[in-house]
Amino acid sequence: MIGPRPYLRPAATSWWMHSPYLAYTLRELTGVAVAGYAIVLLAGLISLASGKSVYDAWLDFLRSPWSLALHLLFLIGMIAHVWTWFQIMPKTMPRLAFRGRIVPQNRIAVAGLAVATAAFVIIVLAAEWVQP
Amino acid sequence: MGAAVKRSIAPVFWLPFGAGGMLAALTGPALVLITGLAGPTGIGISPGFMSFTRVTAFAQHPLGKLVLFGTIALFIWHGAERIYLTLRDMHAGGKLALMWICYGTAAALTLVAAGALLIIGVG
Repeated sequence: MIGPRPYLRPAATSWWMHSPYLAYTLRELTGVAVAGYAIVLLAGLISLASGKSVYDAWLDFLRSPWSLALHLLFLIGMIAHVWTWFQIMPKTMPRLAFRGRIVPQNRIAVAGLAVATAAFVIIVLAAEWVQP
Repeated sequence: MGAAVKRSIAPVFWLPFGAGGMLAALTGPALVLITGLAGPTGIGISPGFMSFTRVTAFAQHPLGKLVLFGTIALFIWHGAERIYLTLRDMHAGGKLALMWICYGTAAALTLVAAGALLIIGVG
């Protein structure tokens, strides 16, 4: 065999279920919440294109306990996504300097969370503003 | 040597992953609260907030189309990248198979969203 053959340390196939990797698994699960919510929206868009009766059936589904429980899970996943996203952001972006000093990572995370909180308030207020 | 550099395709998927992740971090909780909890139940917001005529008018407007398409497509591509990388780390399958399943599903759903917006038209 030609080329490098990296050594792979043997690991149990259930490594992702146990600490400390469980935190990583839970963070990646937020991606399921983000995509799952988008699929519910897409179903609504398809029903909207199909006509009023189909769209109203989608709205009825949204009112069901199943959907409300699902969206509660989506909401928890989204909040976890916001939290972890701004923890990761300073680690993945180029180092930021302000007046010749490196901006600490936790300050970037706090700034990101502040912007996300402001965006949340603005969107909710905008929705209240445009309601019939 | 002259050997061709084998470029990775991975960065192509990092852009929608990053864009979708940032969009979800800024809008996700508010959107789920409004369209998934408050809107359907009418708690805290008018019960007619998501009525057929209102949502149709929104989806017929070019800006509304952009918001709907951007949100749905970027959220799906963000999730697809996360699910793909995690399944890879779990050794759930071969690289090519997982890429086809995750990115293929995301691409198909993106096309469906575009098709639905086309059918809804511009009023």
